[in-house]
Amino acid sequence: MSLDTLTRPWKAFSYGFLDASAKREMRRKILKAIAVPGCQMPYASREVPIARGWGTGGLQATLTLVNPGSVVKVIDQGADDSVNAASIRRFIARVSGAATTLDTVQATIIQSRHRVPEEKLRADQVLVLQVPNPEPLRPVEPNMSVARQMHADADYGRMWLQLYEQIVRSGRVMQGASYPSLVNGRHVMTPSPIPRWDVPKLNMAKHLTILSAGREKRLFAVPPFTRVEPLVFDDVPYRVEDHAGLTCHRSGARGVFMNEIPQEDGTSLHEVSDSQLGVKLLNGEAPGEMWYRDGVFRP
Amino acid sequence: MTQPILRVENLAKSFRMHHLDRSLHAFEGLSFTLAPGEFVLLSGANGVGKSTLLRTLYRSYLPVAGRILYDAPEGEIDLARAADVDIALLRAREIGFVTQFLTARPRVAAEDLVAEPLRRAGQDADSALAEARRWLAEFGVKPELWRAYPTTFSGGEQQKVNLARALILPQRLLLLDEPTASLDAGARSALVRRLEALKQQGVAMIGVFHHPGDVAALIDRDIRLDPKEMAHVAE
Amino acid sequence: MERAAPRLVRAQPLLRMADVSKRYGDVVALEHVSAEVYPGEVLGIVGESGSGKSTLLRMMNLEELPDEGRYSLDLPGVPEHLFAMDGYARRMLRARHIGIVYQNPHLGLLMKNSSSGNVAERLLVAGERRFSVLREKAKQSLEASEFPLERMDAPPIELSGGMQQRVQLAKAIALEPAVLLLDEPTTGLDVSVQALVLDTLKRLQRERRITMVIVSHDLGVIRTMADRVMVMRRGRVVEAGLVDQVFQDPQAAYTQALVHAKL
Repeated sequence: MSLDTLTRPWKAFSYGFLDASAKREMRRKILKAIAVPGCQMPYASREVPIARGWGTGGLQATLTLVNPGSVVKVIDQGADDSVNAASIRRFIARVSGAATTLDTVQATIIQSRHRVPEEKLRADQVLVLQVPNPEPLRPVEPNMSVARQMHADADYGRMWLQLYEQIVRSGRVMQGASYPSLVNGRHVMTPSPIPRWDVPKLNMAKHLTILSAGREKRLFAVPPFTRVEPLVFDDVPYRVEDHAGLTCHRSGARGVFMNEIPQEDGTSLHEVSDSQLGVKLLNGEAPGEMWYRDGVFRP
Repeated sequence: MTQPILRVENLAKSFRMHHLDRSLHAFEGLSFTLAPGEFVLLSGANGVGKSTLLRTLYRSYLPVAGRILYDAPEGEIDLARAADVDIALLRAREIGFVTQFLTARPRVAAEDLVAEPLRRAGQDADSALAEARRWLAEFGVKPELWRAYPTTFSGGEQQKVNLARALILPQRLLLLDEPTASLDAGARSALVRRLEALKQQGVAMIGVFHHPGDVAALIDRDIRLDPKEMAHVAE
Repeated sequence: MERAAPRLVRAQPLLRMADVSKRYGDVVALEHVSAEVYPGEVLGIVGESGSGKSTLLRMMNLEELPDEGRYSLDLPGVPEHLFAMDGYARRMLRARHIGIVYQNPHLGLLMKNSSSGNVAERLLVAGERRFSVLREKAKQSLEASEFPLERMDAPPIELSGGMQQRVQLAKAIALEPAVLLLDEPTTGLDVSVQALVLDTLKRLQRERRITMVIVSHDLGVIRTMADRVMVMRRGRVVEAGLVDQVFQDPQAAYTQALVHAKL
């Protein structure tokens, strides 16, 4: 018996880029995060070959979960074809050998920035969200040690106060993206900067959502079939963006979340904020089951 | 004879003045009793300790020796040693102290000030207010002043408000510290009428009066305090 | 002086602090201090700076723990030894049952939130989730504190010191606390404003019979506000009694000096 038979041959980097101990840590932290839904778990956040703040958190989670049988979709703010999404997708495929796709329905792992795709996710899919700022209490409590104490006490009075102030000042809740939401009735999380439109998609969803912030070194999760309730006053109902009546000027899609494209004459056009869905509609393919129908959410 | 409401035994009061390192004796070995409905006049020269005695009975001053046994509904209690909260309760409920000075409170109308003891005793706001107005009228306070704040009143008017407030709720024991001083004739006779009515109801009273003639008809006994001597009690 | 039976006041003390001691290194902050506060009364605590009066108040607010001693509040569902509770339970108890007004508004207020929001926050912590109710209750509470309602949405940082104290007060009484703690509530204010704030406190006490503990080095404040008073010096209680008795007939040499110096 020689040493060769006991060890693997030397390779330039491990499978899936991250070394085994990094992935082990990620797996442990992901399991913890699933065990305590919405609670932020600190992790080491290794170096990956993109800059901090460009999706390193999501990338590390995806690299940990990926295997040669995975089908990976990367979407950046509703666009599969953005430079960042394309680079991350290519990188993942290169280091893991996993297949890639643009189609939400076919993907097993979906890494996304700032959106949840419009087609419904299934129990066998994992959504990985890139999170810039994981701490919902940061706007009200700059000291992160105190903020952790507040999470421990479920002391969210000031979180609610923020909403109160917005209604007092502006007559309505102004919080657009990353609407603070109570997970499993216990922890308030900021669901990355997804629009209000997307928050109901996480509530009692069939799929697992992992939210990971590489720069801030924190990750949290929404396990399948977990309550995600946006903080909302009993007498001021939660409202998603009023996009039901808009039509996509390229694909003709209606009743989905749109990007607004300002025109030179001061008007604006709208474009579906899920590029592959638009492509499907243009090609006359039937999209998968949708979260919204005619602009109304139906779980 | 009925059970006395107050039994004072060997009461002594002196003031310890720490900065001078000496004591000032007010009175010593004072004993007397007071029955319900009895009106006792405290007399003696100026500075002999009449007001001091009243304040000691009210526990504004702490006695140095002796007992002040008060016949409370719950049983006999020694006012010289009773807990502060008990004294506070008795003051709110059944022991009144009437002085010539009003401690007016800002932004409280005269009628509210007078009605307060009744409301604290549980009477509803409207009837307490009606009663308060009746007594303000009785003591000769002009109706246009009822809603006004007594802080702005003249000394005489303040004193009338003060008397109305102090006497509106029938107490069991009243300590009177020169309530007639500087009162006009009308108010003085209203005061005497009220004191007489209270006496009829069985209120025990002990007081200092500049002009005892005002209340001569009410006086049952006279307790004379002598300077730095044992007090003489006369029937 | 020993107290004789029978006791007339049947009620238990609402707040009871027994034999509390606290040291900071070699400095004695409190030494075997006991205090009882009965429902509906106002206890004043006077003393010069460093006498331990504020430390005692902070302990009543469960912000600080003593080295030894016991603290209880006679309220349903509240444990017997409050100092023995964990941090979470202490914070919850404080949020529900204790109101406090600090000398320094920065300690008690979120300076950049609206004034009404500062009051609403207390109600939010207690679980109120109706915006209209929050708004209405905040308004009522501010009104009871005689705060000008047209400024209710201005942040405290834009308000005068007197107004800030009124916001603190509105916040403190919003949940109808079992006990209201006042730590030098008027010390930082102009004399004329002081009188107005005291006046409001007095009126609230008169109308709602709120149990209060007020700490001040200002004898005038204690004299107007309190029913009973505790005089503290160097971490000990020098003298305690009815306010008129302590001020008119002080027993301890220290109290005499204090009363004669200040009155």
